[in-house]
Amino acid sequence: MEYMIKSLKVAVWFMFLTFPIVVIKVNTIENIVIWRWHNMFYMGVGIFFVSMLWRYFLERKDRVGKKSAAERINITQTIMENPKILRTLIISVLTILCIFPFVTDSYQINIMTVALMYIVLGLGLNIVVGLAGLLDLGFVAFYAVGAYTYALLNYHFGLSFWVVLPIGALMATIFGILLGFPVLRLRGDYLAIVTLGFGEIIRLVLENWNEFSMGPSGIANIDRPTIYGFDMTLTQATIFIYFLMVVFTVFTVFFVNRLQNSRIGRAWLALREDEIACQAMGVGRTRTKLMAFALGATWAGLMGVVFAAKTTFINPASFTFLESAIILSVVVLGGMGSIPGVIIGALIMILLPEYLRAFSEYRMLVFGGAMVVMMVFRPQGLISNYRRKYSFHSADGRFGK
Amino acid sequence: MEYFLELFLSGLTRGSIYALIALGYTMVYGIIQLINFAHGEIYMIGAFTALIAASVLTIMGWPTIAIFIVATIAAVVYSSAYGFTIEKIAYKPLRNAPRLSPLISAIGMSLFLQNYVLLAQTSDFLPFPQLIPDFEFMEPISHIFSTAELAIVLTTVIVMLLLTYFIKFTNMGKAMRATAQDKKMALLIGINVDMVISVTFIIGSALAALGGVLIANHIGQLNFYIGFIAGIKAFTAAVLGGIGSIPGAVLGALILGWTESFATGYISSDYEDVFAFALLVLILIFRPAGLLGRSETKKV
Amino acid sequence: MRKILSAIALSALMAVASVATAETLKIGVAGPHSGDLASYGIPATRAADLYAKEINANGGLLGMQIEIIKSDDVCKQEIAVNTANKLVSEKVAFVLGHICSGATKAALGTYKDAGIAVMSPSATNPALTKSGDYPNFFRTIAPDDAQAKLAVDFTTDKLNAKKIAVIHDKGDYGKGFAEFAKMFIEEGGKAEVVLFEGVTPGAVDYTAVVQKVKRSKANAVIFGGYHPEASKIITAMKKKKVDAFFVSDDGVKDDTFIKVAGEYSEGGYATGPKDNSSNDLYKKAHAAHEAAYSEKAGAFYTEAYSAMIAITEAIKAAGTTDYDKVTAVLKNQWVETPIGKIKFDERGDAIGAGFSVYQVQNGKYVEVK
Repeated sequence: MEYMIKSLKVAVWFMFLTFPIVVIKVNTIENIVIWRWHNMFYMGVGIFFVSMLWRYFLERKDRVGKKSAAERINITQTIMENPKILRTLIISVLTILCIFPFVTDSYQINIMTVALMYIVLGLGLNIVVGLAGLLDLGFVAFYAVGAYTYALLNYHFGLSFWVVLPIGALMATIFGILLGFPVLRLRGDYLAIVTLGFGEIIRLVLENWNEFSMGPSGIANIDRPTIYGFDMTLTQATIFIYFLMVVFTVFTVFFVNRLQNSRIGRAWLALREDEIACQAMGVGRTRTKLMAFALGATWAGLMGVVFAAKTTFINPASFTFLESAIILSVVVLGGMGSIPGVIIGALIMILLPEYLRAFSEYRMLVFGGAMVVMMVFRPQGLISNYRRKYSFHSADGRFGK
Repeated sequence: MEYFLELFLSGLTRGSIYALIALGYTMVYGIIQLINFAHGEIYMIGAFTALIAASVLTIMGWPTIAIFIVATIAAVVYSSAYGFTIEKIAYKPLRNAPRLSPLISAIGMSLFLQNYVLLAQTSDFLPFPQLIPDFEFMEPISHIFSTAELAIVLTTVIVMLLLTYFIKFTNMGKAMRATAQDKKMALLIGINVDMVISVTFIIGSALAALGGVLIANHIGQLNFYIGFIAGIKAFTAAVLGGIGSIPGAVLGALILGWTESFATGYISSDYEDVFAFALLVLILIFRPAGLLGRSETKKV
Repeated sequence: MRKILSAIALSALMAVASVATAETLKIGVAGPHSGDLASYGIPATRAADLYAKEINANGGLLGMQIEIIKSDDVCKQEIAVNTANKLVSEKVAFVLGHICSGATKAALGTYKDAGIAVMSPSATNPALTKSGDYPNFFRTIAPDDAQAKLAVDFTTDKLNAKKIAVIHDKGDYGKGFAEFAKMFIEEGGKAEVVLFEGVTPGAVDYTAVVQKVKRSKANAVIFGGYHPEASKIITAMKKKKVDAFFVSDDGVKDDTFIKVAGEYSEGGYATGPKDNSSNDLYKKAHAAHEAAYSEKAGAFYTEAYSAMIAITEAIKAAGTTDYDKVTAVLKNQWVETPIGKIKFDERGDAIGAGFSVYQVQNGKYVEVK
């Protein structure tokens, strides 16, 4: 009952709130006002029920919050730490990935390729944001560096995909170091805005410097990746890029996983938690941060090359701030610092809008709303990173506290 | 010389516009350390509300000056209500969450609000009526500095003075500063932190709405997307001046406005944003906390 | 292992493709059908629907009914490639679209590899035909350089401007137009370019650029871009008392420009497709639209309708949907359409489609003779 009254109040508040935008529509040319009162009614009823649900779930989250969080972590932890289950899981996922292109059409394969690209991009940004705790809002700049490296080298010198792949990655790394040097002493959100600015500068230069990048009209007819002497049809090329991305993804997951548990990986985690204590322990701050920045950039560069090869056409409009925001959302939504989290985040962020096409114009509305709802109910992300614990085994073999 | 003056005034107007939006950013950041990406959308909703109110009243045949006053009040009231509600829905449940979660929630909110206005109203650009009449005495110089521009600059100055007074000398302002410094301690000495945060959002949103009305009146058009770019620029200005500092936001905004204006005038508008961001990077390298920001020394 | 698998699967796919008997003749329609640019894309889908309905009512094409497959690209390159893939996997015979030049460029490679011809009612980027990169591309609208030439000739000859400021919105379309305009002014030698600059779309105001125009003492401003920026610039020009003609492109020849800029738009010039409203087919096409949707047809409707006629007539004349034969017909046979009698040149531009200059007079675009 109390629920009802509260929800009723909320509904009335929202009816007031949405009144000018939703109910009134003015035609300023012919000076006609259209009053859409029915919308107000729908709004009221809709909000009433949404508010009940919202309240219910929020309370449930509070009530069982702590307990279930602990349980959930246990589930992921058991999966992660039990090699048998983990191996079965990995093998079944890989099998599905391998069968996938042969049971669907090229449209589905393409979407899945894009999703895989975002997994790799997400994992790259995860090194910077999730592990090292540096908020980077201009990640897309390195993506652009990779893409333009391939496009330009291919256009001017006809260099092939395989030759440029390492060059693109290297270029992005160099840019990462160049940017990283001056700005890494900034803290938190100052770093965020500087990286955002850097991302915009790269895009604007590409847009305005015609002689270099062909400006806003972009570069077309970039070669797709080939294997020796194999002239591929479009479907074959699509499938080939798909498998290329599967290999990349597997490699990246493996690499980042190893990296996390390496000396440098631990240094990042420590640095993220407490900079001063970390320096006191003898971890070089600048070098460690720079490493994270450069490694993240390398991955973005690699994906940039693949992106250019896949779409065969690039222009600066593909590298806007929104792109950075989407990659960042992949990382945070899935759960910062957690590899399965990033994978699930990427699948949601890329596949959701694609399959939401049924909602047509409501697509982006639902997408934005979904981001808010997911964050409110799962603020640590869908799969939160569990902390590695080292514990003392007591005599009877059980875990000590 | 006249050219310099023209560019100076054009930069002043632009800077004042950024300042009105940047104040909201800086206040919210100062209190809960959140980059409120939906702030630009509040500004857009304010402008839209004013347009709707003005159109309805025009059809009812009200005099211009009354329309202007009522439309502005409607914009301020509604934007504040939106700001208040957004905080309750998207940020309050996340107060103890990891630091980046509210940021993603804010980006989601921003997308949601843009599409909400797009769907409920239109994707087209709409003409915004001229609500502030041109003053007679401004006529001879209107080609360098118009009444609408004067209104923007004056409003910014007045708002900044009032806000400084409010923060420095009223009880609420003191509570805000206390909350900004240490939320837990503020709670312990009996400050209603939730309310302080709500008030911050309401004031910030009201200022954005004021900006929205004045700017739309100056440019004469709007659509659902105007909040995004203005928001990014205002945020840049807030950081430039030292985020969390109110005079800093205004100073940062003016410097940004002048940089863009002079870069356009004397070099080329092709790269105006490049100059703006390059300046930001330079200033932050030499003053990592912004121009007027306090640099924290962390003690162990 | 994987290679063998993929080889098997590919041959299976191809077998399916050759065996599949098409009962309908599919024509793809691609463009922005949702989002902020939907108003440019939806008229083309309507044109396709209406014309297909007419053909189907008269017994179809090559004995088959036409089926229209719509695919939304939101005018974004990344998505346009997906869209193209979707249409290719639907095995369409021809594609009407895409709407935006950037999206078209991104998608064309996919169609080229799949051997599908594409006809756009609206993509005006010159490189699409001039570069020779896209042999499968046709369009029923004249390219930007043609309208830039017209705009420059008009400004120098009719308006007698000696000093011209060229401004663009840094976009693919606007900057392309502006660069051509600059080139034609310099080649013509009748006037000089005193200013060439890009403005940032969506920036809060353009006063600084307008002051710069004033200082350059230009007699005319040629602007490349879309109406939101154009209306802001012309408003600021009038308010800051800059005495210069304002000449712009097809992206500005939209009634929204007049709506938004209001009295300030008065006297502004813009180029746009030739006025064909006296053409009988034009009248028929628009009557069909008004009967079906009870409102006036939107942007590029006429061009899309013409494209549909050209496509279906070519398939009919070729007697097949085979790529080589259909494109050969398109290049050799004249066809009557709402935009006049057209055929396509070697590169895919329509011969017979052209532009005229319009001026805003009393709140309406009027063709300048």
